[in-house]
Order: sequence, then structure tokens, then C-alpha cells
Amino acid sequence: MKKEAKVIVIGGSWGGIKASQAILKQLPASYSIPIVMVLHRLRHFDGNLQIVFEKRVALQVTEVEEKEKLKPGYVYVAPSNYHVLLEKDQTFSLDVSELENYSRPAIDVTFTSAADAFGSNTIAILLSGASKDGSAGLKYIAERGGTVIVQDPQEAEVDTMPLAAIALVPGCQIMNSERIQAFLLSLHDH
Amino acid sequence: MKLEADALFEQAVETLIQDIHAQYGYDFSGYARASVYRRIRRFLGNKNLASIEELRKNLFQDSYFFENFLQEITVNVTEMFRDPTFFLALRENVMPILSTYPFIKIWDAGCSTGEELFSLAIILKEEGLLDRTKIYATDINQKVLKQAKEGIFPLANMAAYTTAYYAAGGKTEFSSYYTSNYGSAKFDASLVKNVVFYPHNLATDSSFNEFHLILCRNVLIYFNRTLQERVFGLFDESLVSLGYLALGKKETLAMSQINGNYTCVDKSNRIYRKTT
Repeated sequence: MKKEAKVIVIGGSWGGIKASQAILKQLPASYSIPIVMVLHRLRHFDGNLQIVFEKRVALQVTEVEEKEKLKPGYVYVAPSNYHVLLEKDQTFSLDVSELENYSRPAIDVTFTSAADAFGSNTIAILLSGASKDGSAGLKYIAERGGTVIVQDPQEAEVDTMPLAAIALVPGCQIMNSERIQAFLLSLHDH
Repeated sequence: MKLEADALFEQAVETLIQDIHAQYGYDFSGYARASVYRRIRRFLGNKNLASIEELRKNLFQDSYFFENFLQEITVNVTEMFRDPTFFLALRENVMPILSTYPFIKIWDAGCSTGEELFSLAIILKEEGLLDRTKIYATDINQKVLKQAKEGIFPLANMAAYTTAYYAAGGKTEFSSYYTSNYGSAKFDASLVKNVVFYPHNLATDSSFNEFHLILCRNVLIYFNRTLQERVFGLFDESLVSLGYLALGKKETLAMSQINGNYTCVDKSNRIYRKTT
């Protein structure tokens, strides 16, 4: 089956904000694939990640609203204290159920639902973090033929998350942020 | 291979949803699927069931097992004073208006295990309105209603709830509302003496009274647009003119057909007021 990138899901924890900024900063405002980002933060930290990103990337950065439809040119950030799920009709569902891997939003939840909705057309990137969240989701995506990328542990600010993923998902591609960025640019449909 | 198995799983879920409706009368057809798949997978894992077929056998042979399934499939994770700024807004901006009514009626729709209900009751009490308020606390699930009535929550959560309570404008010692015992906090029963606990299914049941305020927070996120529209219609029918509707922090009336009848009086806390 020919792969056609339909969604890019990015997960990260400690050091993930910085790494994702580095990856996203060169992407043009017209970037053709919607990007969904789950970054752990303090549970009741309500400060807006949107603002943190807005100044540094050309893409539109917005917090996920439930039932919103995925659009190209956007980076959707998981709101604090909600899990974010993707539906087959390319809309978002939110969920306030149990923490997973001590987290809500949990990366595994978004990754798994992305694979259910988009199958092999899912691109997943797991970045720096001091948690094991994301590995199981990455494995789930890999098993369904999606593209899975892990930030080079040598580059990551905290390598727990990348190392956990590499151990669990032997087929993952290990790249530093420069290569991840080049890869994402190569997917862009001009 | 996995993708084929996924497709079979998803088909089996659809059949199961139809059969549950036929046998038990609970209609999950309007529930957002990504969440349903996740809940079911989680339930299968917790119960050590290998497939939907196994689940089906248990569900239809054992109504007690079904009760258990119902509780797990609907999300019952909640906390007291969740989003303190919402409760603060309720206290400062909505309560003064409600206080102009001689008798206040509130619907807490999808009250789950009661954390939100007790938070609401505490605010009503501190604003001097509890004695002339009647709250209808409803949920699809009878088991959680029983829990809500008891008002017993884990003591371990009280530190976080205390912080949230003060952020919500709390006026006294939070611990004065409960007695602790064996790791549990039992809340003062007088807080819910004017509460009617009542099973109600937003997917199938109708409007049953008129209210000045309806709270339905983080319930609609589990529904698809069609079911959401039904529920909004139900709320619209159940609100008095100039009544208030409070949704969860990420829920909105904006896309609904009733939106024109409402003004959003607090955007960040998702509080709406009926204008007609």
C-alpha cells in the first residue's frame, strides 16, 4: 500500500518543547500536513503553550478544541489535563479519563488513536523526555505500517523517553532534530 | 495484518453497540468512537478478556457484569473544583443573579461520583443559597449515583482539593466540610439534603423539569455531533429564559443550532446564558 502522510503526531516531555520548536521552525506556513503535538507539562499549568510557539514558528499554532477538523498549516497542541484522540473523520475528540503513564495528556493515547484513524499514513515523532510515555503508542503505529521516528538520545535533553522507545520499537528511525526537520520538509507537498 | 484485525475489532464494536441497545436499552451509537475503542480495549485488558466475543458472552449472561462494564465504558474520572476559575466565576457572576430568584433549580447532568456536585453545594452554601436551591443530580449510571449520594472521597485527594477550593474563592476551612476516617473523607450530608439523585440518559431520555442553571461539564466530549445536538436541544428545552448553561473548558455551543439563543457570558469558563 502506498503511504501518504496524512498526519504528523509529535510527543515529548522534559526538553520536548525546545526540541519541537527546533523541528518546526523552518516549516512554511503553507505546510501541507496537519501536526498534532502532545507535550507533558504540570497538570494544572494553564499557561498557554500556544504563545510559547507562536513567535517561533510560521505555522498557525492552536490548542485543540473538541470536534475540530484537522487542517493543513496548523499545529494543534493538546490542552492541559485532557487526552487528545483522533477520529477517522479527521476530527478531534477529547477525553478526561484516567492518567496514562502518570500523564494527561498522554502521548500513547494520541499515538494509538492516530494509528486507528490514519493507519500507515501516520508519521510519529517522539522527542526528549523523562518518562516512558509514547513508546507503546509508537510501537502500535509501527505495527500498522506508520513511520516512526525517535529523537537521537545523544541530542535529547533527557534521553529516557527516546531510549525507552528505541528498546521497544526496533524498527524506529533515530534522527537528530536537523534531520527530522529535513524529513518533514521532504514530505511537504508544494 | 494488524490493520485487518483493527477493522474486525471496529466492526465487532458496532455490532456490540447495537446489541447492548437491544438488550439493555443503553444507546452508545452516538458516542465518539476513538474514545469507545480505547475504553473497550482497556476493559478487555483489565478483565483479561481476549476478544469482543468473550466480552459479549459475559455481558449478555450477567447483568451485574454489564453494570460493571457500563461504569468502565463511561468515563467517571472527576475531581472537586476542577478548573477553579470556573467555580470562582460561578460564585462571583452567576450566584448573584440566581439569588434574585425565590427558589433555585439546578441540573447537574452527568454528575458521576459527585465531586462536582459537592463543590457546587459548597459554593451555594457559602453564598447563602443552599437552603432555597434544589439540585437534580443525574447520571446514566446508577452505581455512581449511589457513590455521589454518599459523598465519600479519598483523603489523599484533599490537599489538591483544598488548593482548588481556595482558588475558587473558598471562604472557610475546607476541612470543616468533611470528617476523615480510614483514608476517606466523608462530606457533610447536609450539603446534599436538597439534592435529588436520578438516573437519566442524555442519549435517550427527555427533559424533565425547568432549571435556572444546568451544569454539564466534560460529558459532551464523549458524544458525536449528532448526539451533542440532541443534548443541546434537551438543555434548551430545560432552561428558563435567562437561565445559565455551563460546559467544560473545551466544550462549546458555537457549532450548535441553539447557539443563536445564547450569549457566551464567560468565554474562558464556557458559561452561556439563554437570551430568549
